[in-house]
Amino acid sequence: MVEVIYRYDGSLEGFLCCVFDSYVNKEVPWAFQDEAHLAQSLFPVRWVGTDLRHAQRILVSLEKIDPWARELVVKGFLTCAADREMILYRFIRALYSVGKPLLRQLSDDALLPLLKAVRHLDGEVHLLKGFVRFSEFEGMLAGEIRPKNRVLPLLRHHFCSRMYNETFLLYDRTYREALVHQPGKWAILPLEEFRMAAPSAAEAQYRRLWKRFYDTIEIKERHNPKLRRTHMPQRYWDTMTEFQDESFFLAGTDALPASAGDPGGTGPEAGALSRERPAASLPPAPPSLH
Amino acid sequence: MDVMEKLTILTDAAKYDAACTSSGASRGSRAGYIGNTSSSVAGCCHTFSADGRCVTLLKVLMTNCCVYDCKYCVNRCSNDTRRAAFTPEELADLTIQFYRRNYIEGLFLSSGVMVSPDYTTERMIRCLELLRYHYRFNGYIHAKAIPGTAPELVQRLGLLADRLSVNIELPSERGLQTLAPNKTRKAIFRPMGLITSTLRENKEELVKYRHAPRFAPAGQSTQMIIGATPDSDRHILSLTQALYDKYRLKRVFFSAYVPVVENTLLPSPDTKPPLLREHRLYQADWLLRFYGFRAEELLDEDDPNFNPLVDPKCSWALKHPAFFPVEVNTASREELLRVPGIGTVSTRRILYARRARKLEHEDLRKLGVVMKRAQYFITCKGKILDGVCRRPDSILRNLAALERAALPASEGEQLSLFDPA
Repeated sequence: MVEVIYRYDGSLEGFLCCVFDSYVNKEVPWAFQDEAHLAQSLFPVRWVGTDLRHAQRILVSLEKIDPWARELVVKGFLTCAADREMILYRFIRALYSVGKPLLRQLSDDALLPLLKAVRHLDGEVHLLKGFVRFSEFEGMLAGEIRPKNRVLPLLRHHFCSRMYNETFLLYDRTYREALVHQPGKWAILPLEEFRMAAPSAAEAQYRRLWKRFYDTIEIKERHNPKLRRTHMPQRYWDTMTEFQDESFFLAGTDALPASAGDPGGTGPEAGALSRERPAASLPPAPPSLH
Repeated sequence: MDVMEKLTILTDAAKYDAACTSSGASRGSRAGYIGNTSSSVAGCCHTFSADGRCVTLLKVLMTNCCVYDCKYCVNRCSNDTRRAAFTPEELADLTIQFYRRNYIEGLFLSSGVMVSPDYTTERMIRCLELLRYHYRFNGYIHAKAIPGTAPELVQRLGLLADRLSVNIELPSERGLQTLAPNKTRKAIFRPMGLITSTLRENKEELVKYRHAPRFAPAGQSTQMIIGATPDSDRHILSLTQALYDKYRLKRVFFSAYVPVVENTLLPSPDTKPPLLREHRLYQADWLLRFYGFRAEELLDEDDPNFNPLVDPKCSWALKHPAFFPVEVNTASREELLRVPGIGTVSTRRILYARRARKLEHEDLRKLGVVMKRAQYFITCKGKILDGVCRRPDSILRNLAALERAALPASEGEQLSLFDPA
């Protein structure tokens, strides 16, 4: 068998076209490469262009086998599994050859890795529904998360319906994209950098009130930090109000959420929200809100 | 006194209330209203305090002024503590602002008894009306019904709140007599019964009129204090079961007694809260609600308290060797649920997956079954896993060893008293 690497544009549709082309070319790719993360390789590389009709055909075929199969593939592509394309590819191939019964073989090697990745994603989405924190800037809300999986598409429905009348922005530091919402419309847009403006006096006061509530609600006689970490892994803490250092609770200073683990670093310039023009200026005029 | 101080005092006074769930209500968002409760179907924790308890709701008292003198309570009138009261406006504003920032799922409103139960409830109603009608708050509200409140007021409260609760406080009448002289069993069960019957009537009304106002859509719950009185686990669990059966409660919460006051009638102030006991009761509570167990199966007169070494399900399994081993490929849902190491999720997965082909031991591990526990109690295609010794004493020893690792250090020490080694 020829060992070949498939390179695609990094989108779900692009990946599905790889699946499509592998059947057309009667070959099994050795690996998949996102064009954004180019690496030298010893194997020949095949560039796969994205054809939405091909992608659609794959999705429809999955849906026909079982709606759950389609859901697994769409969600699977959002996971942070290191070899998610290969996991998905193996699953789709096995599904086409075995058919619907594969979906009941929960311990099968073609299905189990995908199930695990999707459970991890769903778990993170569930936790973040609670752990997201917003701050108010002149009537608009803004929040940041640093998830492992690409959760914004799955958090969208929850926050857009709960915050039906609010204008808000939720920034994903890991995948550099933002969910923006105005009453009745939303979009998920790539955004290289985002920096929260310093809080107003009122905002800082609510942050302090929340911190006080959080500290007071503990029953000291039951102190159990291990149990807390079990329920709420420490990697979520750096974007949560109650775990910020003192400067976060002061109005008007250049306070920003602790960004120790921030991959891009938060420079004061580019795309930053200045105090004079707070979050309302972001994002730069959403082109097409759905 | 500013809001910060009030919040501190009234949170501190409310923190011993165990209930902090937001599950059971499902109300979509509406144009012009703030929030929804639809995510709450499965419950949503917004943070965890340093004691590891989930924080879902803004849990505060309307006021910690109280005319009662319950011995176990920090807010009893004879206690020398700072008193405060929120105005309905302050509390409504806090709730809305916390909710918008996604700090909380809603409000948990309880109160000390100021002047009289009716007066206190009216104040609570005023705050909730402000939230529901003025701010158009559509999120979750849990309100405490105070024993002795007029039925009409409880009705009004229930139309504003998603869930109502009446605290049983102490599991027995005798406990109430000695520790809560102003409360009687009858006074506690009266509002509880009233809420149950109103819920039933409301259900019938909703069948007839789709837009009938909904009374406490997330139902009713209660809580009791564990360890302040000498009641046995068996008594507490039977009471819990009766509450589920008779009063159709959604949840019964247990709260390990934290000695807050010195009183000859109470455990001494340096007693540690009985956390392991509370944990065992919650495990048993889950067995009642999701696993089809009955209280009388779990504990009997000869054995009125839970085994500290192993959880109630393992304990039951060890006492009923004739029930096991269970053949995973043919057992019913009810049988699978009784196997230690198999929970509701893995039961569902087993039932789903075994229709494709027969399952092996190796498959079960991949389905999420905790084989360390389950291996002693199951067969796959008639076979017990190789090398597993099913002698009762060796099973107990192994299960207890598994359990010890999962408990907090202090509980581990407590257990070592019973350790045969």
